[in-house]
Parts: sequence; structure tokens; C-alpha cells
Amino acid sequence: MQAPIRIQVNGEAKDWRGGATVADLLRELDIKAERVAVELNLEILDRAMFGQRSLKDGDRVEILSFIGGGSF
Amino acid sequence: MADDRLIIAGREFKSRLWVGTGKYKDFIETQKAIEASGADVVTVAVRRVNITDRSKDNLLDYIDPKKYTILPNTAGCYTVEDAVRYSRLARAAGVSDLIKLEVLGDEKTLFPDTAGLIEAAKILIKEGFIVLPYTNDDPIVAKKLVDIGCPAVMPLAAPIGSGLGIRNPYNLKILMESVNVPVIVDAGVGTASDAALAMEYGADAVLMNTAIAGAQNPLAMAEAMKYAVWAGRLAYKAGRIPRKLYATASSPIEGML
Repeated sequence: MQAPIRIQVNGEAKDWRGGATVADLLRELDIKAERVAVELNLEILDRAMFGQRSLKDGDRVEILSFIGGGSF
Repeated sequence: MADDRLIIAGREFKSRLWVGTGKYKDFIETQKAIEASGADVVTVAVRRVNITDRSKDNLLDYIDPKKYTILPNTAGCYTVEDAVRYSRLARAAGVSDLIKLEVLGDEKTLFPDTAGLIEAAKILIKEGFIVLPYTNDDPIVAKKLVDIGCPAVMPLAAPIGSGLGIRNPYNLKILMESVNVPVIVDAGVGTASDAALAMEYGADAVLMNTAIAGAQNPLAMAEAMKYAVWAGRLAYKAGRIPRKLYATASSPIEGML
């Protein structure tokens, strides 16, 4: 068991378990991976990388998806 | 009208009415209005997922990406950097390289920052995006956008959400004659006649959101817009009569007493 980490998810501080991947994070937040884009410390991740990228203390994660909007 | 397809960057579109998905009461109303409009291109914004309240449905549960072309936009972006970042995120979240590129100039008018628009479009085209730029009714800017590789241009009729209709029909006409790519009139339409007029002028399609979503009865307005775009397109293809100052009788003189 790795030490817990503190990360920022969509601007909110979250205490998470160390060693968790982006895919783990999405699963535990009940978010479908195929519907979102994930930015990790300003780097956009390929969906194929979600299961391989482990989260580290201090990481900033942005999870975005499509919402209703025409022109702003 | 079945053979009257709109083709942009090798993609074929059945409908010449494109719609936005903002400002509806809920996803059910969004879905029904889009269905009533007959649109097959649906524009969506890219925003943070609500991670605290996961009970909220996903828009794409109601708008099937297999049935509609999802056209992500960079609504709300005021800088080149933001517009490029959101475009990349949209591509990562979606399935295609299409982007409705908006780089806005100020919050009061939501007019495009055309210098920023051209700059952002250049970056995105280099990255393989199919950039559909939301631009001003300026023919010179439209030509520049086409020159750098935009396969269509989307000039405004009037400020976003204003419902003022086509404020500068002559500029729009010049713009349409200046570029050899499809022109999609985007923003400012208020009611059916505005959409019909845009099509009569020779627009290849019309994109709207507020005119439908903000109507007293969005579903009925969606249907009205469908027919308006059809009527305008048919009239454009039919070729209208010239305007004349004086009357021309339509009944023969011959046979009169």
C-alpha cells in the first residue's frame, strides 16, 4: 500500500490512494472514460494511456466532456 | 432536396440547418428540439465534468453521436491559447477532428477577435483539425481563413443570441461571392424569416441555438426553422425574379373588353 496523495481534480483538492492510475480515478468517480478528455498537469492524455499513467502527489487533473452549448 | 447535399472537407451533411445545444430546459427538451429541427449537425461546448454530483446525465446519452455529427466548439474562449487548448481537449473527448473555432473579442458583443481567430486556425490546421471558424461578416477575413485552409466559414448574422437577424445583408452577399467554400451563417438569427433570408442570399447552411432554445415553444420553432431553411434553399436554387420599381401585369391584356 503506497502512501496517500493529495491531488487537484477539476480544481478541487482530493485525498487519493497512492499508485492509482487515471483510469482508476475515473472509475472511482463513476465517469465513463470514453466520454471525457483528461488533462494531467496541462498535458492531454491519450485514452489508451489512462490505465498506465499513475497519479503523483500534487498532480492537477482536469476531466472535461461535452455539454450543451451553441455559441457562448 | 435529397440530392442537395452539403459537403465540407469530404464529409456529407443531409441537413442545412445546424443547431446548438445550450439554453434548453433539460436534455429531453434538447433532444426533442433537435429531432424536430431535422438537423444532423449538433454543436456542443467542452466543460469540466461535475465530479461531486454524478447523478447528472451526460448530453451524449441524449444526442447519439452515431446519428448526429457532433461539432465541438470553443465557446467562451477569448485567447488563442484557450481556443487551441479547448480544441485539443474536444478532439481528445470526441471522435473527430472537427472544431467550430471561436476566439471571442469581448463579453458585451461576443464578436470574434478575427486576428486571434486566424492565428488559432493556423495552429489547429497544422495539427490536422478541420476548422470551421466563427467569424465576422467581413469578406476579407473570410478569404484569409479560406486561404489558410478552413474548408468552410461561419460568419455571424448579428451578435450571438441577439435575435436581430441579418444586420448586413450586403456584406454577407459579398462574403458568399468572395469565397469558394461553403458559408454557414452562424449566430444572430431570431425567427424563421431570418433563416429563410440567409438561405435565399445563398448561404449553404444556418447554425442557430438561442432562436430555437429561447422561443416560447422551442419544439415548434425548431420545426419552423426546418421549413424556413428548406424554403430559403429552394428559393435560392429556383432563382428569384428581379426587383422592379413599377408594376408588371400578370394577366394578359388580350381578350379584355
